[in-house]
Amino acid sequence: MCRSSVCISINWLEEDLRLVSTGRRPHLELMQRMNMNKNKIWGDLVFRGLTAAFASGIALIFIAIILVLWQQSQPSITKFGFSFLTSMSWNPVQEHFGALIPIVGTLLSTFLALVFAIPLSLGIALFLAELAPHWLRAPFGTAIELLAAIPSIVYGMWGLFVLGPLMADYVQPFLKKTLGFLPFFSGPSMGIGMLTAGLVLTLMIIPFISSVTRDVFLMVPQPLKEAAYGLGCTTWEVVRDIMIPYGRKGIAGAIFLGMGRALGETMAVTFVIGNAYHLSWSLFSPGNSIASTLANEFTEADGTIYLSSLIELGLVLFLITLIILSLAQIWLRRSQTGRT
Amino acid sequence: MQKGKFIQTVLLTAAAVAAFTVPCQAESTITGAGATFPYPAYSKWAYDYNQETGVRLNYQSIGSGGGIKQIKAKTVDFGASDAPLEPKELDESGLMQFPMIMGGVVPVVNIKGITTGQLKLSADNLAAIYMGKITKWNDPKIAADNSGLKLPAEDITVVHRADGSGTTWIFTNYLTKVSKEWKEKVGNDKAVEWPVGLGGKGNEGVAAFVGKVDGSIGYVEYAYALQNKMASVMLKNHDGKYVAPTAENFQAAAAGADWAHAEGYYMVLTDQPGANSWPITGASFILVYKNQTNAAQAKEVLKFFAWSFKNGDKSAMALDYVPMPDAVVKMVEMSWQKEIKDQDGKAIWP
Repeated sequence: MCRSSVCISINWLEEDLRLVSTGRRPHLELMQRMNMNKNKIWGDLVFRGLTAAFASGIALIFIAIILVLWQQSQPSITKFGFSFLTSMSWNPVQEHFGALIPIVGTLLSTFLALVFAIPLSLGIALFLAELAPHWLRAPFGTAIELLAAIPSIVYGMWGLFVLGPLMADYVQPFLKKTLGFLPFFSGPSMGIGMLTAGLVLTLMIIPFISSVTRDVFLMVPQPLKEAAYGLGCTTWEVVRDIMIPYGRKGIAGAIFLGMGRALGETMAVTFVIGNAYHLSWSLFSPGNSIASTLANEFTEADGTIYLSSLIELGLVLFLITLIILSLAQIWLRRSQTGRT
Repeated sequence: MQKGKFIQTVLLTAAAVAAFTVPCQAESTITGAGATFPYPAYSKWAYDYNQETGVRLNYQSIGSGGGIKQIKAKTVDFGASDAPLEPKELDESGLMQFPMIMGGVVPVVNIKGITTGQLKLSADNLAAIYMGKITKWNDPKIAADNSGLKLPAEDITVVHRADGSGTTWIFTNYLTKVSKEWKEKVGNDKAVEWPVGLGGKGNEGVAAFVGKVDGSIGYVEYAYALQNKMASVMLKNHDGKYVAPTAENFQAAAAGADWAHAEGYYMVLTDQPGANSWPITGASFILVYKNQTNAAQAKEVLKFFAWSFKNGDKSAMALDYVPMPDAVVKMVEMSWQKEIKDQDGKAIWP
């Protein structure tokens, strides 16, 4: 009795594997073949329907968000038209709103964050994947991934209370002394502003970029690397000529991931960006981002035009993020097909 | 077996939730939303009132603009705003407003070596700093009013509110009154297009920036200046006297106010005459509907405010607010009687 049941289950397993390899749904067919309880088959169907409903729910929510944003921002779209995107004025008294400064602030702070985070993350990923002693890799990797778990408001407070004063007292005076001839490093050292916001964002996106990049580096086939070492390449040459070219597209995907995070970051940026509607060449000067504008002004926005301008701002952020993340998806898909 | 246990757990949980919620609903609750500035006082009153009567107040300090929105949407029993609504807007929405409490907005500075009450600013200089016309602390215009005070050659960092706020409304109302240029270029609102400066979120955000940035100046509610031990400045008032921000001086500013002739209690207490008047004083207002569908609930709300007018002065003063003068309270209660009606047109108060 016992023996035969083992035998049967092995037969099932083989059947199962065969069905999987032909792309059919093994469990349903198996159950039908075994003439199992009808209720159980129904259960499976219901489960499938439920998961399908959940999945399409996401798509519906996505479409609903766009529709609502579009509809709610109609008053401001009809009033300002395209000039909403090019006007620098954000004047609640006159009810004249333009999004240029928040758009520039969002893109600039994200750009700064990427400029700092990309080389740092690549270094971290290389160290973890290639150079660190084996016993160090797991704890180190976990520590970096834990950075991603810190709530963004904590980053914001750290930026305001620790990084801001450090910038004001040491970094900004130093930059002014050494690179002060450039317009980017001029103006009063307040410690709050675009540069500080960029640095806080840097710290926030490093875990995303570095952990994905590390995984990409780990996927580089060992024989390739060994062949390169065998030809007498130094570690640096292997990294530069084998690992980075091999993982190029994966790394790009990781960067896009960090970028998406930086674009929409709200609380941390709100704390340190300065929340001012000024456009300046100086990275020391305060600015504003779309997300922090929304966080600051939404509750108190009275008047149809004010509120609808804020919603249009949300729509703009949504579209910027959508475009960038779609590009990332396309890139990643291409990188996958490229490799196989 | 498993299923049975699961159902049992669900039922038990539901019973427990019900057991906790039912008594709360039975006990009456007043809901309000709005201004953040009077929130500490309101919540203290609410606590004391609850201890005494068992009635709960649920006050959401979401900001004056939010409070106005919520009362117009009728999701709360009362709204609260630091900026008074104009009589016209009150009429259009069927609301009445009355002042509940007063306080002062205080410019605070962070300049090395300068403590509370040392720096004197005239109205012109304050406006010029916020316009970005005066950019250094040792500007001759500031120095002229501060003989004997050593002012550093430091850049001035202006700090303002990033969020819309009743505090900003009061502050810009003052600047609009004292500076023609401010009136023309910037104006008076809960949020304005600031010519210069950094924006902090909330009083605490402004306090944090002023605390962290050397050479900065900001404006906060009096209570925040005190609690954060910030260096406040002396301002030249309407009578040309330099005054310090103190509860007595806020009261002095309020004393001269002619509430009796203010239609819909529309009264702004900035730049008031009087030798001791602090120039940036403001009242915080409550908004309720004149026509009440639920008379019993409306009466509960008014009862709370009447109780607070009567018993709340001491706790308000302990929190550095200025209570309304008795004469104004009488007027307000008369207005309740006259204006707040139930569905049949009968007065709800008293």
